[in-house]
Amino acid sequence: MTQLPGLLDTEAIRKDFPLLDRVVHDGKKIVYLDNAATSQKPRQVLDALNEYYEQHNANVHRGVHVLAEEATALYEGARDKVAAFINAPSRNEVIFTKNASESLNLVANMLGWADEPYRVDRETEIAITEMEHHSNIVPWQLLAQRTGAKLKWFGLTDDGRLDLSNIEEVITEKTKIVSFTLVSNIMGTVNPVEAIVRRAQDVGALVLIDASQAAPHMPLDVQALGADFVAFTGHKMCGPTGIGVLWGRQELLEDLPPFLGGGEMIETVSMHASTYAPAPHKFEAGTPPIAQAVGLGAAVDYLTAIGMDKIAAHEHAITEYAVRRLLEVPDLRIIGPATAEDRGAAISFTLGDIHPHDVGQVLDEQGIAVRVGHHCARPVCLRYGIPATTRASFYLYSSPAEVDALIDGLEHVRNFFG
Amino acid sequence: MDSMYQELILDHYKHPHGRGLREGDAEVHHVNPTCGDEITLRVKYDGETLTDVSYEGQGCSISQASASVLNELLVGKELAEARKIQEVFLELMQSKGKLEPTEEMEEVLEDAVAFAGVSKYPARVKCALLSWMAWKDATAQALGGAERETV
Repeated sequence: MTQLPGLLDTEAIRKDFPLLDRVVHDGKKIVYLDNAATSQKPRQVLDALNEYYEQHNANVHRGVHVLAEEATALYEGARDKVAAFINAPSRNEVIFTKNASESLNLVANMLGWADEPYRVDRETEIAITEMEHHSNIVPWQLLAQRTGAKLKWFGLTDDGRLDLSNIEEVITEKTKIVSFTLVSNIMGTVNPVEAIVRRAQDVGALVLIDASQAAPHMPLDVQALGADFVAFTGHKMCGPTGIGVLWGRQELLEDLPPFLGGGEMIETVSMHASTYAPAPHKFEAGTPPIAQAVGLGAAVDYLTAIGMDKIAAHEHAITEYAVRRLLEVPDLRIIGPATAEDRGAAISFTLGDIHPHDVGQVLDEQGIAVRVGHHCARPVCLRYGIPATTRASFYLYSSPAEVDALIDGLEHVRNFFG
Repeated sequence: MDSMYQELILDHYKHPHGRGLREGDAEVHHVNPTCGDEITLRVKYDGETLTDVSYEGQGCSISQASASVLNELLVGKELAEARKIQEVFLELMQSKGKLEPTEEMEEVLEDAVAFAGVSKYPARVKCALLSWMAWKDATAQALGGAERETV
C-alpha cells in the first residue's frame, strides 16, 4: 500500500460512510471520485437527520410547544455551528439558503434592488472570471441584462490560473461587485484572494467569494478572506442536499433589501406596508430547510472533529500523488495546474482523442465514478479548445489505492479504444 | 458494457463512412447540450433519392459511429424507405433496453441494430440519436417540409 505523508486514516474514516461499501456492476466495489459534484454522507449526518424527524420535527420560530422549541433550538444551533466553522464575527451573518446557487443569486438580487451606494445600474460594472461555475456567471448576466450594467471578465492563463495582469482594467472605479470562485470546480485552481480583494477595496467594490469547492476541503475563515459575502453549499461537505449558506457582513445585511418575501422575514405586516425582521431572518422567507440545516450542523461537527487542516493536508497528499500518476498516463493532458501547489483535489483531464463520455462509461463499468462533461463551466472548455473533460475529485476518505484504481482504469480505457 | 460498445460500433468509430462535408441541398448543426457532442450535416437529394449525407462533428464514439452507420445505411435510399429506417431506429433507441430486436427489425436496420445495447443507458441515447435527428431536420429543410423535431 502506498504511504504518503499527511494522509488521514482512511480505513477508519471510510467506516463512517455506508455508501462507500456499495458494490456495483456485478461485484465491483465503488471507487467514488465525483466528490466535487457531491460528497458522500457519514453515518453521523444520516443519524442526525433521522433523529430530527423521529424525535423533534416541528416548524421553527413559532408555537410554544416543546417540539417547536426543540426544532428551533436545533435549527438555530446549526447556525451557531456554521458561524464557528467559518469564523463569522456574528451568528446573525449566517443566512441559510437552499444551495450555493441561491446564495449567489440572492446577492445579485440584493444589489439589483439596492439603493446607493450599492445599487448596480447602467453606469456601473460587475467583474467575474472565466473559470466560474455557471451559477456564478448566469446570475450576473441576468443582473447585467436587467440593469444595463457592464459585465467584465478575468481571463485564464495557459496553465489554468487567473490572469490578473489587467486587474486595473477589469476592476475599475465603476465596479460595484467582484464575484469569483475560491477554488475552481473544473480545474481545482486555488485563486489569489488577497490581490483581488485589495484591488476591489481600493475602488470601493464589494467582493463575493464562491467557496463551494473550498468549504469542504480547507479551513475557511471569512474574516481572513476579507470579502463582503461568502457562499457555499452543504451537500459537498458531507451535509444533505437542500441547504446552502450565504455569509455577509452585518452592516451590509442591514442595509441591503430583502429578495424573497414571506413568513418569517417580517417584523410587522399591514395592508399598507411591512417592516422586516433583522438579518438573518430578513433573508429567510418561508419555512426553511430545517432538517437539512440540522444535518449540515452534524456535518460541520464531523469535519471539525477530524480537523479541516488535517483534511486539507490529506487532500494535498492525495492530489500530489494523483497528479504524478496521471502525468504518467500516455496522451493524458491535465486541464488546469499540473502541480499540487495552490490547487484543490479536483483534477480535470483529456485522454488523447477519446471522448470523456467514453472514458467515463468504461471507468464506470469498472466501478469508478467520475464526472464527464463541461462541469457547468463551459467557458473553461472553450478557453482550452476542448469539448469536455473527465474529472476525478477526491475527499477526506479517498485513498492512494483509489488513485491506483483510476490509473489502471484509464489504461483499460486506452486499450479499449486504442 | 460490451453490450454497448459492440465491435461494430467501435469499427465505425475508428473508420467512419462518408465523413467530411460535401455539397448538399441543406445544412444543419445539432448539439447535445449535456455533453457537447455536435454535428454539422448536409443532405443531397436527386428527386426522392437521397444521394449523399456528409457530416463533420465531434463527440463520443457512440455519436460518431452512429453518424457513420447512418451514412452507410441511408445513402442511395428513397426518402420513404429512409424515413422508415429512421423511425425503426428511433423506436429501438427509445426502448430503454427492453426491446429485443426482431428479425424484421434487423433486416431494416442492418448495422444500426448494434446500437440496441445503448438504449439501456439513458445518458447515451441522445448521443446515438444526434445524427439521425440532424438528418431528419436537414431533410425537412431540403425538401421544403416544415416538420422539425429535436430530441
